[in-house]
Amino acid sequence: MVHRRAFLAGSLAGLTLAGCGVTRGENAGSRRLRMMIPNRPGGGYDLTGRTAVRVMEEEKITPRFEVFNVVGASGTVAMARLINEAGNDNLLQCMGLGVVGAVYTNKSDARVSIATPIARLIEEVEGVVVPADSPFKSIDDFVAAWKADVKGMTVGGGSSPGGPDHLFPMEVARAVGIKPADVNYTPYDGGGEILAALLGSKLDMATTGLGEFTEQIKQGKVRVLATSGEKAQKGAHAPALKDAAIALTFTNWRGILAPPEISTERRQELIDLLQQMHDSQGWKDVLAEREWTDAFVTGEEFGTFLKAQDERVATTLKELGLA
Amino acid sequence: MDAWQGLMEGFATALTPMNLLFACIGVLLGTAVGVLPGIGPAMTVALLLPITYNVEPASAFIMFAGIYYGGMYGGSTTSILLNTPGESSSVITALEGNKMAKAGRAAQALATAAIGSFVAGSIGTALIVAFAPTIATAAVQLGAPSYFAIMMLALVAVTAVLGSSKLRGFISLFLGLAIGLVGADLLTGQNRMTLGVPLLSDGIDIVVVAVAIFAVGEALWVAAHLRRRPLEVIPVGRPWMGKEDWKRSWMPWLRGTAFGFPFGALPAGGAELPTFLSYVTEKKLTKHPEEFGKGAIEGVAGPEAANNASAAGTLVPMLSLGLPTNATAAIMLAAMAGYGIQPGPALFEENGDLVWALIASLFIGNALLLILNLPLAPVWARLLRTPRPYLYAGILFFASLGAYAVNLQWFDLLLLLVLGLLGLLMRRFGLPVLPMIIAVILGPRLEYQLRQALQLSSGDWSTLWSEPVAIIVYICMALIFIVPLVMKRVRGTGTGPDAAGSTAAESPDGR
Repeated sequence: MVHRRAFLAGSLAGLTLAGCGVTRGENAGSRRLRMMIPNRPGGGYDLTGRTAVRVMEEEKITPRFEVFNVVGASGTVAMARLINEAGNDNLLQCMGLGVVGAVYTNKSDARVSIATPIARLIEEVEGVVVPADSPFKSIDDFVAAWKADVKGMTVGGGSSPGGPDHLFPMEVARAVGIKPADVNYTPYDGGGEILAALLGSKLDMATTGLGEFTEQIKQGKVRVLATSGEKAQKGAHAPALKDAAIALTFTNWRGILAPPEISTERRQELIDLLQQMHDSQGWKDVLAEREWTDAFVTGEEFGTFLKAQDERVATTLKELGLA
Repeated sequence: MDAWQGLMEGFATALTPMNLLFACIGVLLGTAVGVLPGIGPAMTVALLLPITYNVEPASAFIMFAGIYYGGMYGGSTTSILLNTPGESSSVITALEGNKMAKAGRAAQALATAAIGSFVAGSIGTALIVAFAPTIATAAVQLGAPSYFAIMMLALVAVTAVLGSSKLRGFISLFLGLAIGLVGADLLTGQNRMTLGVPLLSDGIDIVVVAVAIFAVGEALWVAAHLRRRPLEVIPVGRPWMGKEDWKRSWMPWLRGTAFGFPFGALPAGGAELPTFLSYVTEKKLTKHPEEFGKGAIEGVAGPEAANNASAAGTLVPMLSLGLPTNATAAIMLAAMAGYGIQPGPALFEENGDLVWALIASLFIGNALLLILNLPLAPVWARLLRTPRPYLYAGILFFASLGAYAVNLQWFDLLLLLVLGLLGLLMRRFGLPVLPMIIAVILGPRLEYQLRQALQLSSGDWSTLWSEPVAIIVYICMALIFIVPLVMKRVRGTGTGPDAAGSTAAESPDGR
């Protein structure tokens, strides 16, 4: 809300990338590609998109690769642009779960399922987090209290309605038999404000990407009651929802799309580029360094996943009157 | 003693030639992005993040610190010279600063901004050293009710800047509140007043509004009158601050620091609110009320000190809790994570050398900024002697560049033009500009804090006075109202009509 700036990306990117490799013959990657980022520099998609591009350049999978940001309506503007660029087979877009929801809350027709799916790259597990002095010792404690007084329990998250931190508590509510529309959810302006609210015990519970609070969890300043992945998360000291008998898995993922109507051959070429990136040592290093969870799937498989996600998000948001 | 030793070691690290070079690059880059409207330190640091893969942590943070302080300072230059604020935190500076520049006192305005930033930055940095952990733990105790109370206080203070005609002042205020409402509702995600345009759903950026109203509005106004009025030649003026300027500047610097630092340390404080509170305070306390609106040096000194002090304050929760209170801090935290450095209370023990190097480099960056900018002030001031058609062409160029750079959307240029026309009309009908700008800044935040407070309390209004800070602020507000009334009674009827009417005796802010 406060800071929205953009920068003459090209010039600086050029500076930092000087000395990168040029083409390596007439392969698929030798064409000049562009990567569209649907939020501002420094945001989550920006970090993922730019890192992927940097790895591709450094590993000489592609020549110089232009990155640009299209900001607006939590990614809806970028999504509309991608759909409008139908047939442009040198354009890629980094996106994720947040964009799927934003398209609905902004009543846009540029559904993610229209675009050409290339690859899902990473995912992050969400956590049910409480202040250190919270009376709830387990997810069962919390759910019991929540069921007893839905509206009185304050839930906060770092995303606006339609974003991952908002969708997750709604799905948890539905899984335990609470009407999502009754959930008292307050959006905060990013992870920093959520953390402040937790440290000051202003919230009963927060839903947020676990990566944001790694250190605070380690120091015991906030506690995790449950995580949203298939398995319990290392370092969270809490079970997965599934293990706590709540039938729900939920991950915040990020991936790459291309505009609609590109040729099958070109699509395969683009998938191959990302496959090469995924297999490179550079990408493995990045995953370790950033503590990102690898969730690589490509092409049809990603397309199926994307459709399922689209429907799932639409169902939740319709129930809330947001789509 | 420990802190002192740590600081000295920090200086030893920061003063190596390589790190000094990084500090210089940072300060220069920061000033440059601060000068260019729409391009802020957050963006610059974000785009420079990749260099952290290749350099020492200390060097990277020294450069980032330079960018941050430089950006906070650089915004004042264009505000003063071109009436084109580069950052939302330097919007207030443009009010008096640009008037000073037009009166031939640009050099003094730039100098008081530079020295004020230096003073505030240094005091702020010293406060980080002394109090970081204590302040940070206290700051997170403040919830939405307290923020709401503080912002209400700010809104009450707006009445002090409504100008001579209350009606026009309120029209301007409500125009600003209306502009602030545009965009997706933060709590429910419903779009408001966006006319179905997705590009409006993020709201209208304050930089676009300020640049349009100040710079474009004025350029159009000048263009409309250029042929009818003789050219006013801007007097050259003296190059340095005189004795009187110093006398009038030092208290505002200190008061500005006192506003800025705590706001920077608050999770939802920000740099804009303290600049505005500082301006209003200086306006109340000045011995030269007649100069406000025509170029009062206090109105530059205070807000500029406030925004730099808030930059220092931001580092308090960042270092001691790992809590970013603005975008730049968030990105610096990301860089820390990249190095495997975890902020928090243990940071000073575990990575003490790095923290102290960072703090020492803040002092150095501050000094570099002063050395860089003070001699340049008279040089910059000469820019204003450019013939007016060229000068305003330049202003329009900068304004457009700034509006475009905010989001890289052509749509923002359209907004700039529309709002620029509004600025022209406001000048034509004598509507003061300041209440509107403040409403654009304040309105959405006030609403957000109120709604958040009510959401958390399930609609129970008594939550608004559930926090001690909130109660104290409300008492202060009551005193502001009651004290003048009581004073008037006590003094009896002999003092005449203008005893309590100090706010009414103001020159109009609009032209």
